[in-house]
Amino acid sequence: MIERSHYIAKFFTFFDTLFSSSDVFIRAMLLTLELTVVSILVGIVIGLLFALLKISNIKILTWISDTYVFLVRGTPLIVQIFILYFGISNLFLLPDFWAASLALAFHNGAYISEILRGTIQSIDKGQMEAGRSLGMSNSLTLRRIILPQAFRRALPPLGNQFIIGLKDSSLAAFISMNELFNVATTLGSNNFDEMTYLLIVAVYYLILVAFLTIIVNLFEKKLSISDR
Amino acid sequence: MEQKEMIRIRNLNKSYGNLHVLKDIDMKVLDSDVVCLIGPSGSGKSTLLRCLNYLEKKDSGQILIEGTEVNPGTHDINKIREKVGMVFQHFYLFPHMTVLENVIEAPTHVKKVPKAQAIEEAKALLAKVGLSDKADVYPSKLSGGQKQRVAIARALAMKPDILLFDEPTSALDPELVGEVLATMKELALEGMTMVVVTHEMSFAREVGDWIVFMHNGRVVESGPPKEFFTNPKEERTKEFLQTTVF
Repeated sequence: MIERSHYIAKFFTFFDTLFSSSDVFIRAMLLTLELTVVSILVGIVIGLLFALLKISNIKILTWISDTYVFLVRGTPLIVQIFILYFGISNLFLLPDFWAASLALAFHNGAYISEILRGTIQSIDKGQMEAGRSLGMSNSLTLRRIILPQAFRRALPPLGNQFIIGLKDSSLAAFISMNELFNVATTLGSNNFDEMTYLLIVAVYYLILVAFLTIIVNLFEKKLSISDR
Repeated sequence: MEQKEMIRIRNLNKSYGNLHVLKDIDMKVLDSDVVCLIGPSGSGKSTLLRCLNYLEKKDSGQILIEGTEVNPGTHDINKIREKVGMVFQHFYLFPHMTVLENVIEAPTHVKKVPKAQAIEEAKALLAKVGLSDKADVYPSKLSGGQKQRVAIARALAMKPDILLFDEPTSALDPELVGEVLATMKELALEGMTMVVVTHEMSFAREVGDWIVFMHNGRVVESGPPKEFFTNPKEERTKEFLQTTVF
């Protein structure tokens, strides 16, 4: 009986703490969101650049792109974050936020470039020929005809990558960013109650992922208009 | 009056590795003529057509467009392509754009035609191919025949001097072939210079001004349709015509 009442008490403590800590967590959630949005946006730019290098058919550019993807995929994200944080900060002053964001963007960019390369190459080469046969240049056809179709096809895997990127931002805790995970572990150890705070932070991550999923779904719906 | 030479090909050769697909092709296309390229599969007719639009690179020989020898090194191929339009077997409409957007895409972005004017011209072209009511739908909603007619309108929007057709009806259901051929015939009657790779012998006979029969990468025989179809000279041509359904 003691056991059961203990868990019931725990259950109510959880909600008590969830509400009482909401100020701190919401601030941390906003930081997580900022880290995610910046790293995704910059990651898309990096990803597109390296995807284009990869399909350029110019050996040296393809090689650069391959090397980038190999390095990023071949090393743990936490190692990349530390290298960027400790390495770059030695050379010139990089605010913590940007060290974390750029490390995450650099990491996401590799995966995004592979997603985009795959979808660009999956577009029927007749589309390029049709554009070219109308007098459109290679780059104009790429921009107006190929990339819009490739981006649309890339949305489901991109959405997946965005969610991974959101959760990976928790590693920024290790370079003292007060984002969700850092706040949860700090509060947990200060209050000698790790489990409650970890469960709370899980709720916040679920909310963020749900939010991101809805946005990606809206985009997919908007872009699928030409199928209907 | 003598007809202007729109395309002149001299000694054109093209290989894919060891496969010699075009062998010493000589050919000319006169202004307002409809030249039909016929022959069995793999005879090189599509490759020849694609060379005319520089989608394939020739290995040697000359291609003269409207009297000027054109080479990718010395000429802006995009400018040539504005004059030489192309219609593909598989249409290749842009699926993320409406029919109207497909037609105005190249005029507005390549020739920088003002959008209002491009739309007006596009609507006239869609009316001409009988698809005025489809201007705002996406290609996925169209039948194959409608798609091909949009593709023709899209090519015409650049106001080309020459139109190339690469087996324009081969991907169509039989009952949709007629509408595309009718559109092409109308174009021919208006005096459009056309080079058509086709298996539609009745179209070639009725609309063609000149027939070129290819086999194994060579031009085996060419001539006006009446003579070509009723009195073929080469053995290979006779064989081909005997096995072909009209």
